[in-house]
Amino acid sequence: MDVIRRLLLSVALLAALPVLAQEKFIVVASTTSTEQSGLFGHILPAFQKKTGIQVRVVALGTGQALDLARRGDADVVFVHARSVEEKFLSEGYGVKRFPVMYNDFVLIGPKSDPASVAGGKDILEALKRIEATRAAFVSRGDKSGTHIAEIALWKAANVDIEKEKGPWYRDTGQGMGPALNTAAAMSGYILADRGTWISFKNRGELAIAVEGDKRLFNEYGVMLVNPAKHPNVKKDLGQVFVDWVISPEGQRAIAGYKIGGEQLFFPNAGRPGA
Amino acid sequence: MNQGSILPLRLAQVSFAVGGPAIIDRVSLEIEAGPSTIILGANGAGKSVLMRLMHGLLSPTSGRIEWNASERHGAPRKQAMVFQRPVMLRRSAYANVAYALKIAGIPEPQRGALVREALESVGLSHLAHRPARVLSGGEQQRLALARAWALHPEVLFLDEPTASLDPSATREIESVIKAFDAAGTKVVMATHNLGQAKRLGDEILFLNEGQLVERAPVEQFFTKPQSAQAAAFIKGELPWT
Amino acid sequence: MPDALNAALGLLIGLDSKLVEIVLLSLRVSLSAVAIAALLGLPLGAAIAVGRFPGRQTVIVVLNALMGLPPVVVGLLVYLLLSRAGPLGPLGILFTPSAMVVAQTILILPIIAALSRQAIEDAWREYEEQLRSLGAGRMDAALTLLWDTRFSLLTTILAGFGRAAAEVGAVMIVGGNIDGVTRVMTTTIALETSKGDLPLALGLGIILIAIVIAVNAGAYLTKELAQRRYG
Repeated sequence: MDVIRRLLLSVALLAALPVLAQEKFIVVASTTSTEQSGLFGHILPAFQKKTGIQVRVVALGTGQALDLARRGDADVVFVHARSVEEKFLSEGYGVKRFPVMYNDFVLIGPKSDPASVAGGKDILEALKRIEATRAAFVSRGDKSGTHIAEIALWKAANVDIEKEKGPWYRDTGQGMGPALNTAAAMSGYILADRGTWISFKNRGELAIAVEGDKRLFNEYGVMLVNPAKHPNVKKDLGQVFVDWVISPEGQRAIAGYKIGGEQLFFPNAGRPGA
Repeated sequence: MNQGSILPLRLAQVSFAVGGPAIIDRVSLEIEAGPSTIILGANGAGKSVLMRLMHGLLSPTSGRIEWNASERHGAPRKQAMVFQRPVMLRRSAYANVAYALKIAGIPEPQRGALVREALESVGLSHLAHRPARVLSGGEQQRLALARAWALHPEVLFLDEPTASLDPSATREIESVIKAFDAAGTKVVMATHNLGQAKRLGDEILFLNEGQLVERAPVEQFFTKPQSAQAAAFIKGELPWT
Repeated sequence: MPDALNAALGLLIGLDSKLVEIVLLSLRVSLSAVAIAALLGLPLGAAIAVGRFPGRQTVIVVLNALMGLPPVVVGLLVYLLLSRAGPLGPLGILFTPSAMVVAQTILILPIIAALSRQAIEDAWREYEEQLRSLGAGRMDAALTLLWDTRFSLLTTILAGFGRAAAEVGAVMIVGGNIDGVTRVMTTTIALETSKGDLPLALGLGIILIAIVIAVNAGAYLTKELAQRRYG
């Protein structure tokens, strides 16, 4: 009996130890595509070295990331879907939105190019042709920044995607990587962020079909979660991160991240019209 | 009559039934200290159930079972039972006997001597540290006897203890039981083996279809059985089973 | 497949420090969960096995059914508990290994309790008469049987460990798969798969299976040696 009591006490102590050993850290809710691009692996060590604050990135879809912050489980959000970010702010969950950087989306498609869009510079034209030919198209369908951008593009192309979608349009509800896997498997078209595409290894027959259209630019914003809604938010440490990421030093770190010699993200904090 | 003694044991109109017909049917008897009592009967006569009722593993559906003195809670039990098939824990022979003492509340420092004495009395001292479960059938049954006897109970119930053993093991068990009897323990044993009853018993309680049909000293029972069922049983059973 | 084997070997030979970190965390989380679940589940199983109380059959049925709890559902429930917006928010253990231990413990507790209940109930059928004859009460009997069925119970514990080490749904949600903090083998495999790096994911999978086999082999050897001594 006594042995059992002693065992229980030691187990409880062991479980509590991690909580006791607290270092300075914040939780940043971001997106899977941003994390998988490797950007954080590049810039966060520099930040931690300078400030001693460990940044713990929880990577989800944009919608989930913002929901996480609404529940007070993150201190900072770092996502790329301006419309939902503005909504988040207007609901009072964020303090202020700062533009940080942008990257671009690319239209990926099979080399066989059934919709004849490869090499084009007009994304809306390309989407119209894909819909017209009912070529296979993979959508993320998961409320992510990429998904929201895709829906906005269909709208801009005057395609009522809700009405027109059929067996050719695959709504997968997956992250960028799995969706690309699906597109590779079925030789379909897909809208992807350049970062994930560059790191993606399972390309199969896929290649970039359309790029460079200004409408494909993808903007990132950073917000401190409002401590008025959740007093536990680490507002001081979080503010240090926000300040750093839009500072010249942080912006340089972002620009310095390259894959295969290519820069992925273009800093634009403090730029007018950003 | 010793005031602290749990004997005599009195059964008054005890019946036991589970659903259907009574397995034990209105049995009244008294078990006194002294002579070894054999409960004799054919298979299915109710011997095992009667033993369990007396030992306290079963409760009668009607009637009363009373010991002379009730056992104090937490005090070592004054009656023990050995079953047809011994159940040993996954430990050494020594540890199995010690376990019985531990459950009985004997303090740790006193257990060693009692265990060694019990093992000695059944001739198992040399196997004390063998895992009990690898011992032969006869050795395990001797161990069961040692375990039951370690607390020096007043009454030792034995339910067909040699029914599963070969003749040489049977002889060993019988000699241990005789020794316990001689040392003063009240032996109450169930068996269907006439030869064994003659060898070990002082008095016979003959059970037939759940009823106590005859009770007599052993000599008298076998030479002049009073009831027809007893006579038939004695004739029907081969004397060397 | 050859790519996967190459990837696995490459990681092992390089003794990649990140890999070591991930493996150690996986073991720490799952072994802690098994230890706590065993501490709670074995006595629970024993108590139900030898106990007599109203509703006992219902408890057994429910316990058996809970063995099939989907990990992702457990993860979701624990997340809602530990979220800042939830009742245990102030503990502040969401997105830490502690939360992962909690989730996995809840996941495997029914397995250990249900399987030990069965093993001990089977043993009780054999031992009940003898133990009661010796004067053992239900509590004594439960403890005695726990020790006597220890070899079967070891298998039960290994089943729990296997379930914990293999699951990804619970630890993904409550841990957040944070690089360097809550990333374990299964969540890393999920991540690499989603990044399209299938050989690496498969390589990690091979390592994970090898580790689970090693744990099982170790336990089996220990059991064999002990069984030879105690019969």
